[in-house]
Amino acid sequence: MNTSSIALPAWMEIGLIPVLNIIMALFFAGLIMLAIGVNPLQAVGIMINGAFGYDEAIGYTLYYTTNFIFTGLAVAVAFHASLFNIGGEGQAYIGGLGVGLVFLLLDKYLPAVLLIPIGIMAAGLFGAAWAFIPAWLQAHRGSHIVITTIMFNFIAASIMVYLLVNVLIKPGQMSPESRVFDESAWLPFMHEFLGWFGVVVTRTPLNLSLFFALFCCFGVWIYIWRTRWGYELRTAGHSEHAARYAGIKPKTVVISAMCVSGALAGFVAVNEIMGVHHRLLLNFTAGYGFTGIAVSLMGRNHPVGIIMASLLFGVLYQGGAELAFEIPKITREMVVAIQGLIILFSGALALMLRPWVVKVYLKFKSADTLAPA
Amino acid sequence: MTISRLGVIAGMLLSASVATAADITPAVVFDMGGKFDKSFNQGVYDGVERFKAESGIEYREFEVTNETQREQAIRRMAQRGANPILGVGFAQAGPMETVAKEFPDVKFTLIDGVVDLPNVQSVVFKEQEGSFLVGLLAAMASSNQSVGFVGGMDIPLIRRFACGFEQGAKHASAQVDVVQNMTGTTPSAWNDPGRGSELAKGQFDRGVDVIYAAAGGTGVGVYQAAKDGGKLAIGVDSNQNYLHPGTMLTSMLKRVDVAAYNAFKDAMNDTWEPGMKVLGLAEEGVGWALDENNESLITDEMKAAVDAAAASIVAGDITVHDYMSDNTCTY
Repeated sequence: MNTSSIALPAWMEIGLIPVLNIIMALFFAGLIMLAIGVNPLQAVGIMINGAFGYDEAIGYTLYYTTNFIFTGLAVAVAFHASLFNIGGEGQAYIGGLGVGLVFLLLDKYLPAVLLIPIGIMAAGLFGAAWAFIPAWLQAHRGSHIVITTIMFNFIAASIMVYLLVNVLIKPGQMSPESRVFDESAWLPFMHEFLGWFGVVVTRTPLNLSLFFALFCCFGVWIYIWRTRWGYELRTAGHSEHAARYAGIKPKTVVISAMCVSGALAGFVAVNEIMGVHHRLLLNFTAGYGFTGIAVSLMGRNHPVGIIMASLLFGVLYQGGAELAFEIPKITREMVVAIQGLIILFSGALALMLRPWVVKVYLKFKSADTLAPA
Repeated sequence: MTISRLGVIAGMLLSASVATAADITPAVVFDMGGKFDKSFNQGVYDGVERFKAESGIEYREFEVTNETQREQAIRRMAQRGANPILGVGFAQAGPMETVAKEFPDVKFTLIDGVVDLPNVQSVVFKEQEGSFLVGLLAAMASSNQSVGFVGGMDIPLIRRFACGFEQGAKHASAQVDVVQNMTGTTPSAWNDPGRGSELAKGQFDRGVDVIYAAAGGTGVGVYQAAKDGGKLAIGVDSNQNYLHPGTMLTSMLKRVDVAAYNAFKDAMNDTWEPGMKVLGLAEEGVGWALDENNESLITDEMKAAVDAAAASIVAGDITVHDYMSDNTCTY
């Protein structure tokens, strides 16, 4: 029986099925742990405690979450226009270059109130510019966006290495990093921010970019579902021919969607460069751009779903690190395997359980309707 | 400089005597390559494993997977009461500096990077000196007067290897041609044997017959290509001669294992001191490998030349240029 057309209540679609998927993933992860002689319940306990158990853990979890929100949104916006932006990694990297260049030039001269908005704009503009080129090639030359964005990740990495090794490196130091920005260019840490209100929390990398990420979620929701541009974007995403018939220019949509997507990916630099590292360095993107694809898939390309999925990935990253820290038998490769299982069941096999859920649902429903009133 | 160094040492002497022998709880934070990278991190792993085997003292360990985890891991170790804490790789310098300030009573040792704090010991190596020696050997072993270098990720540290190698080769003979390639610009360049093999074959086609690989796991591909093509290759960091006896000319040794072992051992014996340790040829921190796997490849003439060069470097008669002192390779 084909069940894909049968509608389920929203709480089942958005709540129950993802939870079942995660339970499945944890079950298989548990089998792996049993195989190496680790108690799975203890491991899950360490993971949850390591992600939420104390304020430092929460700080790290939310810090990772911030990155995933940005890259997840970036993938989602492009996805609504039927574009698969795999270049989030490179766009985030170049976004960092934007922040770095602007701050290295201006941090001595401008106050924080000006520097921080300028830094955010630079991250977005550079990220958008890096997405613009593949977008233009897709729109006007038909080069497939998946291929070009992947290739642009490598170009971005090469540019960054060239600049950091040869041009922007602080002279006489081992590590290819720029000098540290002036403190006026630092986005306040959450522990500093809460400290202003008398709340004392442990020092973590979590900074105010979390609020900016949540603001971007709201902004993306408005953009996609409440503006004319969003309507055009979704229309062109569903059917290019219909869009053209309705007077929408698909080429413009491709370019604008990719630029918004690139800007969102570039905002990873707001968290990493402005918020945490305060200097330009190599590889700060650490694969967040790629993980954003899984986040967006799992979050069904909706900002609320993306926040939930980002939180889950934040838990996996931070809890996973604690797991590797506490149990020597669990190596970091094992943590990646557990993360992989969760992505597999929640992303690739997201709808595997749905037919059974529908059957159970129909059974209950028919029992309800048959029951004498 | 001297005054601040004295201050550092004085501060250390005051705080050094807190721990007594054998009550240490050592910890090591490996870097992104992971403890089984067959090269740099694994050298550290071998060193701390030797310490564990000899002393019976267990150590805590962590392998970082992204930039932010370095600081997190070092701090978590310190919070858990680990002392001393061993950091691996120059990239841990910034994070270690931050954490070392927060835990002034904890001893930190950083391998391959420098942190100027009274509770941090920085161990760095003169890779250029070891590279010079293998460059000399390479040039003498090359029948085409053409030697090659395959680096990992294109960063100043690897250019330091390349520059020392080039200077050593030219020292043997000014006519020697030195061909250089870097594997890539991302961290995957440390672990790309396929590309290493391609680069090596490319260099062989250009007439190179001895290749020095300073490229982590990528080097494995270079050594394999040399074996397949009947050419010679030179290993790096650990003694890799055993990988392909007969085509491994030698290995440039960088004794990170000794540095790691000593960091724990000195802490246990209460002889640990902060400050900078620069390990070059004179300190036997770098060198070249001669064992039963490559003794047939090293002629007496080569051995005499390399021993003479090593003696000159130790005596200061030859200065091997450090690329990172001025970011150029002029010697």
